[in-house]
Amino acid sequence: MGSGVRIGIAGLGGMGSNVAVMLVRSGFRDLVVADFDTVDESNIARQAYLPRHLGMSKTDALVSVLHDIDPEASVEVHDTRLDTSNAAGIFSACDVVCEALDDPESKAMLVETLLEAGFTVVACSGMAGDGDANSIVTRRAMGRLWVCGDGVSDVASEGRLNAARVSVCAGHMALAAMHLAQGEEPRFCIQGD
Amino acid sequence: MRMVMESPCVSVTVNGKVIELPEGTTLADLLGSEGYDRSRIAVEVDGDICPRADLGSRVIRGGETVEVVSFVGGG
Repeated sequence: MGSGVRIGIAGLGGMGSNVAVMLVRSGFRDLVVADFDTVDESNIARQAYLPRHLGMSKTDALVSVLHDIDPEASVEVHDTRLDTSNAAGIFSACDVVCEALDDPESKAMLVETLLEAGFTVVACSGMAGDGDANSIVTRRAMGRLWVCGDGVSDVASEGRLNAARVSVCAGHMALAAMHLAQGEEPRFCIQGD
Repeated sequence: MRMVMESPCVSVTVNGKVIELPEGTTLADLLGSEGYDRSRIAVEVDGDICPRADLGSRVIRGGETVEVVSFVGGG
């Protein structure tokens, strides 16, 4: 499982770092990842990094984590902020791209940019707080857009992100990406609303 | 007898629901009336993405299917 496909991950925070770990553990070891941030103490509560990664760029830290799991993992890194001018080029060789950014305006920008450029995208919206894990779903929202999350739990109103609930959503995203990268439609997702 | 001329309507599907809109309604008009924040959405009409820069000029035509995804923060 996983050979011959390449998966992109935009954002290496709570969602992106955990999605990357799940993908590599599952044999999807060819990744293209992008984030401009560095690891800080607050990240340890839900992101795939360890205290020894504090101060490192998230791209370097994630490569370290992923190579501990699988030394043969191929991780192309982009230590950069994604925007309308660079996103399509960065992920050009990917079969599917995971949108794992954190602010809603960036999410909208990236999803629009990638869909316009013809990509298949798995995005996330609504995984904040420590409420009901059962309300996190994978939904086909558009022809080439799947969205994971509950759609409503905004970190701005919930005030926090919980490792367990983020992991539930990251699991949804990783599974959807695995299927889509191999040309399969996720059979477990709900359609539309 | 006073005749009231109403503007003609078109029937469109928005996020799975069929609604009637006055002819000439743009995507921007629709999104505004539904309370969407244009900076946090992606919009597709009949399978094609409508860039947010074009929402104000894109008139919705009868029979079209509109999908709007609205993003919240966290990731």
